[in-house]
Amino acid sequence: MTMPDDSLLSIEGLTVSYGAVEAVRGIDLTVRRGEIVTLLGANGAGKSSTLNALVGLAPRKAKRMVFAGTDLTGLPPETIVRRGMTLVPEGRRVFSSLTVEENLMLGGAKHAARGNPAQVKADMLERFPILAERLHQKAGSLSGGEQQMLAIGRALMSSPDLLLLDEPSLGLAPQVVDRIFDLIGNLRDRGLTILLVEQNVAQSLEIADRGYVLANGRVELQGSAEALRSSPEIQDAYLGA
Amino acid sequence: MDIFLQQLLNALSLGGTYALLALGLAVVFSIIGLINFAHGELMTVTGYAVCFALIWGLPFPLAVIAGLAVAMTAAFLMERVAFRPVRGASGTTLLLTSFAVSAILRVLFQNLISARPIPVAIPASLSGVVTIGPLHLGMIQLISIIVTLAMLLGLNLFLHRTMAGRAMRAAAEDFAVLRLMGLRANSVVATAFAISGLLAGVAGVLWVAQRGSVDPLMGALPVLKAFIAAIIGGLGSLSGAVAGGFLLGFIEVILQAYLPESLLPYRDAFAILLVIAVLLFRPQGLLARKTLVKL
Repeated sequence: MTMPDDSLLSIEGLTVSYGAVEAVRGIDLTVRRGEIVTLLGANGAGKSSTLNALVGLAPRKAKRMVFAGTDLTGLPPETIVRRGMTLVPEGRRVFSSLTVEENLMLGGAKHAARGNPAQVKADMLERFPILAERLHQKAGSLSGGEQQMLAIGRALMSSPDLLLLDEPSLGLAPQVVDRIFDLIGNLRDRGLTILLVEQNVAQSLEIADRGYVLANGRVELQGSAEALRSSPEIQDAYLGA
Repeated sequence: MDIFLQQLLNALSLGGTYALLALGLAVVFSIIGLINFAHGELMTVTGYAVCFALIWGLPFPLAVIAGLAVAMTAAFLMERVAFRPVRGASGTTLLLTSFAVSAILRVLFQNLISARPIPVAIPASLSGVVTIGPLHLGMIQLISIIVTLAMLLGLNLFLHRTMAGRAMRAAAEDFAVLRLMGLRANSVVATAFAISGLLAGVAGVLWVAQRGSVDPLMGALPVLKAFIAAIIGGLGSLSGAVAGGFLLGFIEVILQAYLPESLLPYRDAFAILLVIAVLLFRPQGLLARKTLVKL
């Protein structure tokens, strides 16, 4: 086991309730620097709710919720993002009536006061050449895969330490899915820490270091990606072996 | 033909004021889903501010600037005091809150200022008539058309060329995701209210300049018209609000000009009838939310 010190995100007893409905019922979760951690589970298991709760977009309670030494309790999303954790939401949710460039500019809004947003943007366009070609197009006119690239690029503009990705492969053609997974691997190689929610269990476990399996708002199973891949539960339920 | 052109200019002037007001409603609605019925009181407060500034001896241009500053401050305070505590509540709660703010302000105007209209000393230079070829146009109407166009252009530039403007367009599309950009929800909403206050202020100055007086209920009727205009255009769509404002102004002026005299008292009824006809064919409004915030 690694020392608790290198954990970037550490959550104990997280619950998320929408009125009387409890979507997440007390989960513990740790993400260490430089890891890709994946959250797996069926529809409605509480994966998206967990991510939304972490960035403060879903109503949440927790015994302990610490990111990079900061207690997240009660912090609004904008503050959490400024501290270095951001979310690429499910369904991409690019600002479709704004241009690609404007989407990226807003993503870097946190830097506008200091730093050099132009540099970050140049960096981003080098990483996503397709976006450079489409800079002045409306984001809504991009294909699904391009929109996902834009959503990820927009999130990266805030230069996060921890990136939460909610179903980045949803609704994309298989070749595009491969490119998205390549990208996620690349981002990790450049030092980004990633918490990934996916329904594509096989590919997630291939790039992830560790994983958690959620069911009915609880952690049902956790371990290294390797151990999860070979566990009979995962084999039966998701990998269809 | 000249008469028609003349009426067209009248329609531009009246419709422009409706458009500014409808735009103010739409800017706020598109972001927090609130139909601010206290928007009319922002007009009224502008009128009083201009009125008292003139009484205190400020020159007219300074009085106008004071009026606009008061309108923006009032809008900002309205959000801070009344609407922020209920942000995210149901549409009904928001609507009732705005009715309450409106009612409280009217009562305050009546009791602290006067229930009667107070005359506003509009400079004589503004009451002249400009003759362009065969057309006679009131100076104030001309100014009102120019000011409206300048405001629309200015707002368009603001929305497309500044970060705050881009943030507002993004907020109208997806407020939650905008917060993920690290932009403070409160500042975006406050900006929206300040802009809606400015728009109401400009409309208020134009309205007062044409009427020459201000009373506690001054804003009630125009804001109701603006609400209708915003609905015609498609609630929440900024370009729709502008289109709806001009269309309503046009309908009213044309009816005023061409209805037989015996039917004139029913002018507003006919106007509303035409609005209903528009909505029967375009229930979403002329420019529904898809084209949001393009001006």
